[in-house]
Parts: sequence; structure tokens; C-alpha cells
Amino acid sequence: MITSILVVSGIGLVCGVALALGARYLSVEENPLIGTVTELLLGANCGACGYAGCGGYAQAIVAGEAPPNRCPSCTPEALAQISAALGIAPIEAAAREVALVLCRGDDEQAQKRFVYDGITACAAAAAVGGGDKACRYGCLGYGTCLRACPAGAIEMVNGVARVHPELCISCRKCVAACPRGIIRMVPAASHTHIFCSSRDPGATVRKVCKVGCIGCRICTRLAEGAITMDGTLAVVDYKQPLDNEELPAKCPGKCILKV
Amino acid sequence: MTSYILLVLGAVLVNNFVLNRFLGICPFLGVSKKLETSLGMSGAVIFVMTCAAAVTWCVDHYLLKPYGLDYLQTIAFILVIAAFVQLVEMLLKRYVPPLYSALGIYLPLITTNCAVLGVAVMNVQNKSGFVESTVFACAAGCGFALALTIFTGLREKIERADPPRAFRGVAIALVTAGLLSLAFMGFNGLVK
Repeated sequence: MITSILVVSGIGLVCGVALALGARYLSVEENPLIGTVTELLLGANCGACGYAGCGGYAQAIVAGEAPPNRCPSCTPEALAQISAALGIAPIEAAAREVALVLCRGDDEQAQKRFVYDGITACAAAAAVGGGDKACRYGCLGYGTCLRACPAGAIEMVNGVARVHPELCISCRKCVAACPRGIIRMVPAASHTHIFCSSRDPGATVRKVCKVGCIGCRICTRLAEGAITMDGTLAVVDYKQPLDNEELPAKCPGKCILKV
Repeated sequence: MTSYILLVLGAVLVNNFVLNRFLGICPFLGVSKKLETSLGMSGAVIFVMTCAAAVTWCVDHYLLKPYGLDYLQTIAFILVIAAFVQLVEMLLKRYVPPLYSALGIYLPLITTNCAVLGVAVMNVQNKSGFVESTVFACAAGCGFALALTIFTGLREKIERADPPRAFRGVAIALVTAGLLSLAFMGFNGLVK
């Protein structure tokens, strides 16, 4: 009886002392700033900053390897607090970017070549003869981006993915997930977009979709440099101001929309 | 030598800890969604099991046996293993940071894993020697790693499949684990 008590308490005591000594002599000094910055970041661990998680990013910020404004979910107040904690001049928040699906060819507007009845994943659908959608560049609508989105900001509308910009946390997971590569990051402040990714010539686009870019170049003239042609596809250059209100009405392909 | 090979084969394939003895099921289901995390977990389990077996053998042999305190096995082992893992974590953090960051969060997670305790108790039951205990523990860890890696591969495939609504998520994972366990039953009789 006595021995058992002694042995168990002895083991406990030895372990306790060993741990206490370990904590005292083996501890690695960590910059307390890292903890402070980690707390100020949201802790969503979304990876949009390019680091594995908020902890890794905080370490890089404190080490001076990364600017503190890479976190898209960080509020301006939190950013100011981080700058203050680091003792550096306040850094302006980078312009917020949101994901945009460059296709509006839904089930009513775009044609399908066959009935796809396989695994519900865009990559799988694309592997079957190039996908059921007649347009090679169109949104397949099997929700791969929707499942990749950690913020629940993507909705399928009539067979085409649509990002709700107010919910988007700019993590770019959908951009990487889309097998067609038609999701692009655009400034949240821009509202006029060209919703088409097709590089096919105009005649081909017309045959398969009612809302595709036919490469007519009308918008390039109206936009005064803010829209450029990439082959037969008109692309918005978001660095230039695009404020022509007539654009959506003037587009013969009906693929320019103000949202 | 032959006896060691048989010991290893037995621990890895025939009496696989996860699929045949059903120990360590929580990390088996918990961290098997991604190959990366499952590899980290596997490494941590092999490491902790081997070290824990060595430490618990010493505790059993030099402390519990001489005083006839065999009935205190469970509590003494848990106490020692938990403290030991914490200490190892500190040592690694200080002296081998790459290994520490590779094993990361998984190291403290498995301090009180039933598979780790299971190995310690089994070694006592089998009356194994020191070397035998350590080898057995390492092999058991490798068996865990094997099962976890296979299971992760299966789960990554299932993620892309389209099971009926009622089966989605954990349900289909449990069914898969059962089938995998059945497959491992095929090794029965490999080592007599």
C-alpha cells in the first residue's frame, strides 16, 4: 500500500521536476510580437497571403520578410494596430480584390453538346470529351469552385457559378480550383466586367452561346484604352478607369455587364 | 534474426494495430483527409511509440516488477508517457527544429493515444525483452503508418466520388475503414 503510493507519487514528482526543468532550460525564446500579430490577424488560415496559416504569416511579418497588408480579410483598424505593434509607419491596405467568374453562359444562354451524367466535379466533366458545354471556355457548372470556397461566397445560378463579392475573402482557392481557368481576381471597386473567356472566333461563339464575346472591338473604342483585345477576346484592363455607362447596352455580344 | 523479422511482419501486417486490434482509431479517422497531415501523424506515431516502449519497459522492469506493483501499470504508463512526450517535444524544439516543425501539432496530440499505451501494455503481457519491445513498438508504428496512408489514399479518392447523400462524409469513411480491415484479415495465418 505504502510502496504503491510512494512509487506513483515518485514517478509523478520526477516527471514534474523534469518537465519544470525542461521548461526552464530548454525553452526557445519566441518573439512576443509574433503572438500579438497572430491575434490581430483574423485566424481564418485561408492561405491568401501565400503562407500556410496566420501563424506563419505573422512570423514572416515580424521577421520583416512580408508586408502586413497581404491579408485580404484584415480590417484597416487591425492593420493599423499591427503597424503600431511593429513600430513601423502605417501601411495602406492593398486594394481589395474579389473573384469573378468570367462566364455568364448559363443553361438558357449557352448550348450543351450532350447530357453529362457522371461525377459532380468540373474536372471530371471536362475530362469527358472536353465537357458537355458546347463552348470550350464556358463555366461547366458542376460546382468545383463552390466546394473549394471556404467563405461560401459562390452560388450556382442556372448552371453557372457566380461569386458574391461582398462575401469573397480573396483567398484565390476558386481561381486555382477551376479546371477551365476562367475565374479571375478583379478589384472590388470595379463594377463593369466582360463576362466571357472564349478565345474562339466570333462565328464559333455565336453558334454556341448567346452571351459571348464575338471580338467586334466596339468596346475597345468606347472604353478609351481600358479594354484591350487579346486575340478575339476583349479583356478589361483594371488599371485604367472604366466609366463609360453605355458599354453594356452597346455590346453586341451582350457579355459586358455592370454589376 | 528470424524471430525479429516475424515480429515485425506480425506487427505490421497480421496484427495491424488499427485494422486488426482496432487501436488508434481516432487519429486514423481524424487526420486521414490529406496525405500531408497523415504522413506527419505517421512519423509522430512511429517516433512516440518507439520511445514510449523503451521508457515504459524500464519503468515496468525496474520499478513496478520489483515491488510487485503490476496492477499500477496503466496509470504509471500514462503518467510516464505523457510527461516523456512533453519533454521530447521541448528537446526537439530546442535542438532539432526541422523535425519539430515536421511533426508539429501531432506530437502532443498522441501523448495519450490508446495505440501507444497498447504497445506498452502488450510488451509487458508478452514478457518481451528491451530490444524486442522497442522493435515491436517501431513495427507497430509502421503498421499504423501503413494503414493510415492507404486509408488516406482511399479517402482522397472518395472525396471526388459521388456517394448517396446518406453515406457522405464520415459514414462512407467508416464503411471504407471496415472494408480495409477485412482486406487486412487476409494476412491471417501469414505468421504462425
